[in-house]
Amino acid sequence: MPGAALSPGSKIWAVFAKDTRSEYRTRYAVNALLLFALVTLTAMSFAVGGAGLSPLYASVFYWIIVFFSALSSLAQTFVKEVETKTATFLKLTAPDDAVFFGKWGFNLALLLVLQIVLTPLFVVMLNIGVERWGLWLATGLLGAVGLVSTATLIGALIAMAGVRGALFSVLSFPVLLPLLVVLIRVTEVCFGGGTPEQVGDGMLVLVAYAGVSTAAGWLLFPFVWRE
Amino acid sequence: MTVVPVNMSEMPTFTLVCDGLSKAFGRRVICRHAAFSVASGESLAIIGPNGSGKSTIVRMLAGLSRPDSGTVAYALDGGELKRESWHRVIGLVSPELALYEELTGRENLDFGNRVGGWGKTSSDYDVVLEEIGLGGRGNDLVSAYSSGMKQRLKYAAAFLKDPMLLFLDEPTANLDEDGSRRVWEAVARRRVALVIATNEPEEAERAGSRFVAGQ
Repeated sequence: MPGAALSPGSKIWAVFAKDTRSEYRTRYAVNALLLFALVTLTAMSFAVGGAGLSPLYASVFYWIIVFFSALSSLAQTFVKEVETKTATFLKLTAPDDAVFFGKWGFNLALLLVLQIVLTPLFVVMLNIGVERWGLWLATGLLGAVGLVSTATLIGALIAMAGVRGALFSVLSFPVLLPLLVVLIRVTEVCFGGGTPEQVGDGMLVLVAYAGVSTAAGWLLFPFVWRE
Repeated sequence: MTVVPVNMSEMPTFTLVCDGLSKAFGRRVICRHAAFSVASGESLAIIGPNGSGKSTIVRMLAGLSRPDSGTVAYALDGGELKRESWHRVIGLVSPELALYEELTGRENLDFGNRVGGWGKTSSDYDVVLEEIGLGGRGNDLVSAYSSGMKQRLKYAAAFLKDPMLLFLDEPTANLDEDGSRRVWEAVARRRVALVIATNEPEEAERAGSRFVAGQ
């Protein structure tokens, strides 16, 4: 019986590589992601002018851009599979674990690309003074993992549902809100505001959220993916 | 064209067993207490007019959707195959399945091979593409294929997998005469349990038994 020979890692890599190659040729998700982020950042930059932002507001703006950019594109990896009828091929070919972690990896790469492009532009265009770069990078990475784990599962859920529309935002928002609040509080410290106590507790929550959301996504995915 | 001979006596025996299968959408009955089985080397035609639910039955038999009641079971050499492993033995050609348009034909086969662990090599891709009449077109993007070529590529992907159970839903849709001849010859070379969903009488006649959808 075929299917057992390759390691799970190779199968996850195959899904990731397929999605990356498809994205490279179509720019299906990355265009929406970067366009939304850059348009929002430009609008904010004009609105703020040279006035400068407090650490708290700067942190809020940064994560709002990342959050809504993610909402605009992370669900597309599954929606596209269903709309183009390739989901059936995927279901009859790939193990569920490989699909989840392959898509998870692709979404994470997409979000990290967004952050790599957005972060320097954000600092320059909004004239942000960053005091703790290392902490900001760690926060960005943990935030991306938490966002992606939740978005990947909910993306699969709405792709399998007949009615999509704004369902992704509606379902994601309450689940991601606690993550967003903590990300904002920790990032505020990176920009020189808040109190040091926000960091320790915040990082603990971010690590826990990233771990729990990834494990929950992995465990629940087969129930969502298989009708 | 090179077709590797297969020693059929060494192949495991696969059986699909369906018992008490029922499905309805409101008042529209797709099937009611259906019971049948198909083993390696046997074939079943699911027949009925458009909208009678042939594709829905195929989806239930392939584990892609759940029946209202009844069971579908796969057995391999007498032992029941867990549902999580069904995807390993199924080949499906259907209007409800598409391959990746932004990849080439070979890249689609390679993706299936890698993610499914089919254990095939690049030369196997050439053999199956040649067999199905796509020799020399494997490096073209699928988006550049005609509808008939896309249908042939679905067969190439299904055959490359060496399935034990082959579902053909509207098997010759979009195929020209040469394509139809090639796919039926290729199917005949394989000792699979074959389920055909069709409303074409000539295609239904190829099967050993029949089931009428919508009753």
